[in-house]
Amino acid sequence: MNERRLTLALMDPPYESANSTTALRIITAALEKGIDVNVFAYEGAVCLPLKDQTPHANPVKGTSVEEEEHPTTKAFVSSLLAIGKEKPLLTWVNCGLCVDERGATNVVDGVKRGSPADFFKMANESTNTLVIPTK
Amino acid sequence: MTRYVFIESRDPFDCGDSRFVEETAVAVKERGHDVTVFLVQNGVLAARRSARRLGRLAEAGVTVLADDFSLRERGIKTDELAPSIRESGIDALVEAIVQKNTKALWH
Repeated sequence: MNERRLTLALMDPPYESANSTTALRIITAALEKGIDVNVFAYEGAVCLPLKDQTPHANPVKGTSVEEEEHPTTKAFVSSLLAIGKEKPLLTWVNCGLCVDERGATNVVDGVKRGSPADFFKMANESTNTLVIPTK
Repeated sequence: MTRYVFIESRDPFDCGDSRFVEETAVAVKERGHDVTVFLVQNGVLAARRSARRLGRLAEAGVTVLADDFSLRERGIKTDELAPSIRESGIDALVEAIVQKNTKALWH
């Protein structure tokens, strides 16, 4: 087991708040340092890895999908799960009740389903836990 | 001694409760703990010298860091920062919060 492990609780839905960007940056930096990371996605944050997200063109600016190069949070989560496949390990758990409420079941590979009990276990097993709440 | 890392993400001109972080950080420092305030997102607006904010933190000996990415997003240059505030990467925040006996609080 890695000596250093960080748990994050995320609550913001994608494309709503700079909190999501900062959270993804924190996860990236931790993995780059070889630190294991647990993510417990709660409430709207369960939509961050939603597979149905689609990059779009911008008709106001007249740009195409390719020109717009719109980033999706599902792509970020997928990339992070690929980096954190083993050592360091990224464990991403979506709150099952939050998923059901939102119909957010179609998520990228590697995302697990769990409950707040998993968050409690993650927090107990981590060096530290950071809760990033909605404003 | 416990280490405290306060992460301030809110615009100090948008909500009065940013003052809560400043007051709490100073109070914790006065009780003999090691305290860092990491400014991120709109929280970095308080880092500008012209904002005249967070002076109490420096006087109390609290370390204040401002996220480089958030500064760049808002067009704030290093030479605009208050002298007591240091520009920092997010990796410094990660390093701070994975130390043992450290409490990390997001605001």
